[in-house]
Amino acid sequence: MGFKNVPMSTAKPSEHKESLFSPQLRAEIDKWIAKYPPEWRQSAVMAALMLVQEENGGWLTVELMDKVAAYLDMAPIAVYEVASFYSMYERQPVGRHKICVCTNVSCMINGSDKVVEYLEKKIGVKLGQTSEDGRYTLKEVECLGACGGAPMFQIGKKYYENLTPELIDSILEGLE
Amino acid sequence: MANEVCFRNMDQDRPWLLEHYRSRGGYEVLTKILREKIQPESIVNEVKASGLRGRGGAGFPTGLKWSFISRNAPGQKYVVCNSDEGEPGTFKDRDVLRYNPHQLIEGMVIAGYAIGATCGYNYIRGEFWEPYERFEAALEEARAAGFLGKDLLGSGFDFELYSHLGAGAYICGEETALLESIEGKKGQPRYKPPFPAHFGLYGRPTIINNTESLASIPVILEKGGEWFKQLGVENSGGSKLFSISGNIKNPGVFEIPLGTPFAELLEMAGGMKDGSKLKAVIPGGSSAPILPGDVMMQLTMDYDAIAKAGSMLGSGAVIVLDDSNCMVKVLERMSYFYHEESCGQCTPCREGTGWLYRVVKRIETGRGRPQDLALLDDMTTKIAGRTICALGDAAAMPVQGMLRHFRDEFEYHIKHKRCMVG
Ligand SMILES: Cc1cc2nc3c(=O)[nH]c(=O)nc-3n(C[C@H](O)[C@H](O)[C@H](O)COP(=O)(O)O)c2cc1C
Ligand code: SF4
Ligand code: FES
Repeated sequence: MGFKNVPMSTAKPSEHKESLFSPQLRAEIDKWIAKYPPEWRQSAVMAALMLVQEENGGWLTVELMDKVAAYLDMAPIAVYEVASFYSMYERQPVGRHKICVCTNVSCMINGSDKVVEYLEKKIGVKLGQTSEDGRYTLKEVECLGACGGAPMFQIGKKYYENLTPELIDSILEGLE
Repeated sequence: MANEVCFRNMDQDRPWLLEHYRSRGGYEVLTKILREKIQPESIVNEVKASGLRGRGGAGFPTGLKWSFISRNAPGQKYVVCNSDEGEPGTFKDRDVLRYNPHQLIEGMVIAGYAIGATCGYNYIRGEFWEPYERFEAALEEARAAGFLGKDLLGSGFDFELYSHLGAGAYICGEETALLESIEGKKGQPRYKPPFPAHFGLYGRPTIINNTESLASIPVILEKGGEWFKQLGVENSGGSKLFSISGNIKNPGVFEIPLGTPFAELLEMAGGMKDGSKLKAVIPGGSSAPILPGDVMMQLTMDYDAIAKAGSMLGSGAVIVLDDSNCMVKVLERMSYFYHEESCGQCTPCREGTGWLYRVVKRIETGRGRPQDLALLDDMTTKIAGRTICALGDAAAMPVQGMLRHFRDEFEYHIKHKRCMVG
């Protein structure tokens, strides 16, 4: 709630920030911190969680969230709130490739059901599950703002549009 | 008369590069403003005269919004751009970011100058990695060329601009949820008032505008508010980006003057796919009530015409449906979306969106009851207008539109436990 616009955190600033993350990761997070007013370190929480998640193979542990809280002088609960509110954070292990299939209206009427069906069969898991070999996680997502290329999905940072079974085959083959 | 504003550079090879933007007069308006120390009030007045209305969905006059900020109030003020683009059917801001990022930057610096802000943020949805990288690269170029940073072109005016990445939440497109999100919190909308112009980012006066709105500013100031206004029609100044998708041949983003007949837009998009028959159109993103195809074919694409027909122009996201679609299934998917994306703060929305979804789903799966349609009618009136933000209305309107125009399909579903189509 936005009424009391002071940083919510009552946490005591942590003194051993260097020990929390690797120098590279700290440098990345610090770039984000520098964008915001000095008393608003917590504005970098979304970016920090994303960076930490990426380095941890795509998901967040409680321990990592606690470290983010300490690094940004936030209360851990405030970080958990953020991590559970936004859909791109994962709090369970995920496969090496997270396939996010849009099933919203424009994609649906252009055959996203068939894309889901094809992927489920090919990978052998249902939406929301991870394949046993840990290669894929299949996830249903809301409109990704690429409805002109429906049906579409996102893997990692990349969008793939106008999907057909052949295209899906070649996309998956091309992944490491 | 297309591609004159946000897409004026679309014919270029790699239009996102600074040198290409400049070859089309890019940053000249900003340079002139800084060199000649143009009065900020005159900028706001020119934007007012242009008739530009917010392109994010609500259609609020941009110039008027800017005039709510008292420029000389002490302390920090902010310009925030809303590139969260999550309204289903909308995919235009992605193209502005990918193909014309400098025009957005120029627009944001000018907005900062006009309201006396020295800092801006562009909130880009987390999934938009490619657009984010394009925008970041453009920021670098602009900084190196002296259009961002301290003492721009020796004018004494400073402006710094940063992007902020979202992480997947439709509700962050709502302006106050977006501000909360930049502040490092859950994206839950704030009560209004106070409005962001008085109490915005970090509690400071803030203007927040859609990507397309801000990217329109340099061209409006270059060619004049009156010129922009004349592109469109009464009450709908300018040209606008329309994202058109669905059962059509060539979906995409088209910049056309407001007031263009829908039939022309459909033709630009190649017409219906495989010669199928037009059944219905959602004219302004999934929150806009659906309209029957024959009604749409008589309409022009501007705020008043679409409103008179009982829907809204919204973000200009046009979803075209052919006669193979079952309206119950379409509504079920939309209702699921609002249920999924409700932030959970207000009871009518949190509970109501779940109720809407479950009732539509039971109709879709052949378990509907005769009294269900009256129940849906009733529920929508108990959600709309009773919530903190407009997501409650956005969830109710598609249901109302469907039941207004396609009630027979819902009745058929309940009675026969199957679809009327297919
Ligand atoms: C649920 C909800 C979602 C919204 N999503 C967006 C969005 O993705 N992009 C956007 O620009 N505006 C969105 N808006 C509208 C914004 O609240 C706000 O009106 C707009 O960003 C103001 O800019 P404009 O006046 O230039 O349109 C949304 C509103 C609501 C209620
Ligand atoms: S209307 Fe819905 S989305 Fe908006 S604040 Fe209330 S619960 Fe959240
Ligand atoms: S509906 Fe799938 S990207 Fe918009």
